[in-house]
Amino acid sequence: MSDRARITRDPIDPAAVLARVGADEDGAAVLFVGVVRNHNEGEDVDGLTYEAYDAMATTVLDEIAGEAAERLGTPRIVVVHRVGELGVGEVSVAIAASSPHRPESFDATRYVIEEIKKRLPVWKKEHTVEGRSEWVDGTTPPAVT
Amino acid sequence: MRIRTLLFATYRDMAGVGELDLDLPDGATAADLVARLKARDGLEALPAEPALAVNQVYAPLSTGLSDGDEVALLPPVAGG
Repeated sequence: MSDRARITRDPIDPAAVLARVGADEDGAAVLFVGVVRNHNEGEDVDGLTYEAYDAMATTVLDEIAGEAAERLGTPRIVVVHRVGELGVGEVSVAIAASSPHRPESFDATRYVIEEIKKRLPVWKKEHTVEGRSEWVDGTTPPAVT
Repeated sequence: MRIRTLLFATYRDMAGVGELDLDLPDGATAADLVARLKARDGLEALPAEPALAVNQVYAPLSTGLSDGDEVALLPPVAGG
């Protein structure tokens, strides 16, 4: 399996993710960074715990990256998703793409984050400043027949 | 057939355990596995039709299972 899609427990360096795309023929590169914020549905949040079905998540993330590469028209797409305990301000996901022109890079990075939200087997538990922890409501993945 | 069953997030909290080995009759489907789980303590509230994966691929409840399969019950996902 290629290394364009990875689940990691280590802190993500967004600049390093961006540095993995780009080519002489590419006039555009886009980096999306998902960051833990300090609020959710009216609650003050301290941090999140991300959990993945590791083996399946790596496969699904690579499938998503492959679909994005088709849309992009170049293979220059990289996505890294972190799991474990993350504090406010820490990076949970970084997605980078490059292409000759900008529309494809904007589209591909957006596609990846939207598909992650729809079907990546990852869950997050939020920790409120008041000391409560609750799994965040998720999205039911598309049905398969 | 021995089926390795994985539970994540809210489902794991309900069950109190993240991994179970279930013994199911030949010809059992994923739906049969879910029904068997719902009969266990703590899992009565498991949805009748949860999302699931068989051998790490999303699969419908009608999927026939084989000895040694890995079935994961997946709550609604919340990545990113």
